[in-house]
Amino acid sequence: MIDISSLAGPLVNGILWGGLFALIGMGMSLVFGVMNLINVAHGDLVILATYFAFFLSTGLVLRYSLPLDLDPILSLVIIVPVMFGLGFAIQKFLLNRALTVSAEAPLIIAFGISLIIQNIALKLWSPMSRSLMPPYALDVFVIGPLRIRLVYLIAFVAALIMVFLLREFLRRTYLGRAISATAQNKKASHLMGINTGRVYSFAFAIAMAVAAVAGVCLGLIFSFTPDKGIQFLIIAFGVVIIGGLGSMVGTLLGGIIMGLVMTFGGFFLNLHWQMLLVYLVVIVVLAVRPQGIFGR
Amino acid sequence: MEKCAQEISQGPLLKVSSIDVFHGTFQALWDVSLEVKAGEIVGLIGANNSGKSTLLDAISGLLHPARGKIEFEGQDISAVESFRIVELGITQVPEGRGIFPDMTVLDNLILGSYTRRARSRRRENLENVYQHFPILETRKKQTAKTLSGGEQQMLVLGRGLMADPKLMLLDEMSLGLAPIVITSLYKALQEIRQRGITILFVEQNVRRSLQEADRAYILEVGRVTLSGTAGELREEEQVKKAYFGV
Repeated sequence: MIDISSLAGPLVNGILWGGLFALIGMGMSLVFGVMNLINVAHGDLVILATYFAFFLSTGLVLRYSLPLDLDPILSLVIIVPVMFGLGFAIQKFLLNRALTVSAEAPLIIAFGISLIIQNIALKLWSPMSRSLMPPYALDVFVIGPLRIRLVYLIAFVAALIMVFLLREFLRRTYLGRAISATAQNKKASHLMGINTGRVYSFAFAIAMAVAAVAGVCLGLIFSFTPDKGIQFLIIAFGVVIIGGLGSMVGTLLGGIIMGLVMTFGGFFLNLHWQMLLVYLVVIVVLAVRPQGIFGR
Repeated sequence: MEKCAQEISQGPLLKVSSIDVFHGTFQALWDVSLEVKAGEIVGLIGANNSGKSTLLDAISGLLHPARGKIEFEGQDISAVESFRIVELGITQVPEGRGIFPDMTVLDNLILGSYTRRARSRRRENLENVYQHFPILETRKKQTAKTLSGGEQQMLVLGRGLMADPKLMLLDEMSLGLAPIVITSLYKALQEIRQRGITILFVEQNVRRSLQEADRAYILEVGRVTLSGTAGELREEEQVKKAYFGV
């Protein structure tokens, strides 16, 4: 007989993990929804942000003996604009041009970007496993039978904020509306006077800004190495497939479903089977409802 | 209302001169020329695959002619990007309507006023659209894809008006719609013309086209085979055959 109160742990943690997964998936969902591009470099770009935060919190001290040890969350003030600009440049100068060659060319370029990032990270930071370790990294809340790591909560709150911001942006601003429109009907968007090339650049830039937040949250929770990008790419894939395209809230719910499958999988079965169960759910969703649970 | 037809026509509003247009390596238009004067309603008649949509897309800047020239208000726009052409004052209502299906009616209309010039007149133009098509105001919070075919066509016509155009291009407005609906749409078109907006529309139905247009061009397999006023065309032997045929 399972003690009901012991289910509270996987339930709460699953939801909190869902926030992190959603953060990782949101950028990919936006890019795929708007320009039909599967950004295979997405996971690596998230990790790039993580390493950036690492550099600002530890690297400056170690390498350059600067007395600057920036808290990862505060460092977002720097990392988000930088990633935004990087994303804009990648789309404008690389991917937009690749699109004029063929529909698949951007995919190959993204793959190239993935390799470049991994090798730069390897060169600069070695294959040694790293973590972001501000003073609160190991803090745990104890509420009754629940033990909740503070950083999980931070990631979840960040996810809620990003979903809200993104949703309002897409609905209320002209640029946001243009991005949604381009995703729904590209030809009609052209006929509205929308410069779709510029829309793509902004969409990718926004995706990178979200990836920056995801990267920092990730670094607070996991240890990371240059090759971890692929793992997060797969998680992003899963979130997008389960949640479906076209809805930021859908992505959040998709992440939460993934999180719950993972924690309950670990609870009822075995920790080693956790991720397998998640991937199985992804396959089932693909087979039964390919547009995702909340997708258009 | 400062949009009035040009009193002294210094030249046509739109002039297409001998254009060839390709889709990749496939030639869709051969030596096509046409003119639209300010304030006119001009019809472009032809069967499927005659190149009608290609011609409208070339005027809208989605395609560019390999040879020849397209001029708007005396300016050469042959190589201009589509989003700039909307800013210049040419709007296209595409074939198949082209709604943004998951947005509300109101959001669709607002998107129509995307260009800088149109944004400043958004409120006024929205009022005009609601006057032409009251049903759109009634349904303004509804998702676009839940509208009927006729209502969707009104939506995209309204959306085109939101761009504050001088010239409206309409591609197959009547496709899939009941005759009663089509009649009311063309009536709205005449009202739109009263506001001083010039119209070039594509239509398969010969009878309907010659009823509504001042002048028309007949397009066959990528070439202009006949042109003239509606009256002149009705007298033409080939047209008479098509008149009773289609």
